[in-house]
Amino acid sequence: MQPVIITEKLTKRFGNFIAANELTFEVYKGEIFGFLGANGAGKTTAMRMLCGLLTPSSGKATIAGFDVYKQTEKIKQKIGYMSQKFSLYDDLTVSENIRFYAGIYGMSYQQIRDKTKELLEELQLQSEAKTLVRELPLGWKQKLAFSVSIAHDPDIVFLDEPTGGVDPVARRQFWDLIYHAADRGVTIFVTTHYMDEAEYCNRVSIMVDGVIVALDSPSNLKKKYAAANMEDVFYELARKATRKGD
Amino acid sequence: MKQLIVFIKKEFLQVFRDKQSLLMLFGLPIAQIVLFGFALSNEVKNSKIVVADYSKDVITTQIISKIASGKYFDIEQSLQSANQLQAAFKKGTIKMAVIFPANFAVDLLHTNKASIQIIADASDPNVATTVTNYITQIINDYNVQLGLSSAQPLQIVPEVQMMYNPELRGAPNFIPGVMALVLMLVCTMMTSVAIVKEKELGTMEILLVSPFKPLYIIIAKLTPNLLISIVNFFIIILLSYVFLDLQVKGSLLLLTFCSILFILTSLSIGLLISISAQTQQAAMMGSLMGMMLPTMLLTGFLFPVENMPVALQWLANFVPSRWYFIIVKQVMLKGLGITSVWKETLILLGMCVGLFAISLKKFKIRLQ
Repeated sequence: MQPVIITEKLTKRFGNFIAANELTFEVYKGEIFGFLGANGAGKTTAMRMLCGLLTPSSGKATIAGFDVYKQTEKIKQKIGYMSQKFSLYDDLTVSENIRFYAGIYGMSYQQIRDKTKELLEELQLQSEAKTLVRELPLGWKQKLAFSVSIAHDPDIVFLDEPTGGVDPVARRQFWDLIYHAADRGVTIFVTTHYMDEAEYCNRVSIMVDGVIVALDSPSNLKKKYAAANMEDVFYELARKATRKGD
Repeated sequence: MKQLIVFIKKEFLQVFRDKQSLLMLFGLPIAQIVLFGFALSNEVKNSKIVVADYSKDVITTQIISKIASGKYFDIEQSLQSANQLQAAFKKGTIKMAVIFPANFAVDLLHTNKASIQIIADASDPNVATTVTNYITQIINDYNVQLGLSSAQPLQIVPEVQMMYNPELRGAPNFIPGVMALVLMLVCTMMTSVAIVKEKELGTMEILLVSPFKPLYIIIAKLTPNLLISIVNFFIIILLSYVFLDLQVKGSLLLLTFCSILFILTSLSIGLLISISAQTQQAAMMGSLMGMMLPTMLLTGFLFPVENMPVALQWLANFVPSRWYFIIVKQVMLKGLGITSVWKETLILLGMCVGLFAISLKKFKIRLQ
């Protein structure tokens, strides 16, 4: 299996506070990698380092073969990102949003046109192309935001709590999109608070107080901790945390 | 480059879709012009006066018609007796009475001296001073016209000459101030709010993760505001020409150049505000409180900077609108060229470059 994210003792300090402490892991191509942890465990910090939004304090990391210190511009071309905050412009229409995001990734006008049509069909949003995004239901917005984040065909897409506040049916549909993307070879790096979603991942890592305390497939983790489900595994590990959530 | 165009297009879409901010963008200059140009003017037009002419000769008739023909006075009635005069003032509708004694022309031609009695309602001293100034001006004009240069003045009048604004018009003083105020407010507010909005929505993170360059984000954010502000500038120039009869006496090109410089300075300030502000409200308040008050108070269009305490004068030097205000006054009202405003222009240029450089440096690629 070909690794697309490699980190070695990746660390981020804010003054005396160590937000992420010596993270070492690999994520493989086409994998759905769950990145779990309680609030304040350091997930967002770790993810921001991998996306080039934060400079690491020490350690090494390469994303799609590029170094996070020196080659952030190259990394940016290879990754997609969807934040926990809703990341579309709600005063633009559905197709304007698609065109804008495809445009800032430097796609040609022809490519943008084709991509817009393709995405609208895939999401069955053709009739809503000219609707302002603020008028869409939250579940649709999230699906659209995900599709937009992979519109430029990135190698890796980072999803920061993408399903927060979405109902179970919409969440299931959202995960169908994720599987579909993974089948096409896109690597999915996802943080979540929903333990049923953790079960959908190929492998999960669990962070406690800035340290990765477990990393394996959900079935192996359940075996190791003799737990019935991921919820119990997570609780077993996360309750040892001494840091308060933010 | 194409990426930049896509971004600028999106900015325009957002600006033109937001009816509220559009109204503010273009409503503000119009409202300010109306407010300062008409309502808050210190000139007194169409004052009602009464005239009592006991002489009824050629000269008094000519003076009266001269008074009546101007835009400052409406002759309400011609009086016959002193009793009527009292009654007219008591009603409060008239501001002034002009009384020509009997044998006015005869006295003037034989003794080279005649006097006109002018009684003003001084319950509002400002208005009274202004209207008496108007009337003495009119009488002086007539004096000169008569060619009675050797004659004694008709009345003891101080030789007041109001340079550049002989009629004490309000507009010439306010328009440069309004221009500075409107451009400053619109630019800083729109820019800071536009950027902070992206931060609040979380779209800024997406932009920073994308290969789109931060410098491009700044350029794309500034472009619509720059264009809109230039349009605003021309709207103000046009409005003051059409409605206030105030034309640009100097070079329009120079004035436009300096205005763009001032606009860019204001945009940079907006950029700086957006870097520290975390919410749209904070950005709005920062622009309003941080910019509006200094602009109103320290620019010199409401209160002359020269009369302020030294500390405030010193502080006023850091307010960009102070320098822009001087440039507009010199170029627009006095018709002076670059030779008399080069110092102010250089200061503005320095502020513009400095502020833009600082905000560029502070606008980080990485979120810290």
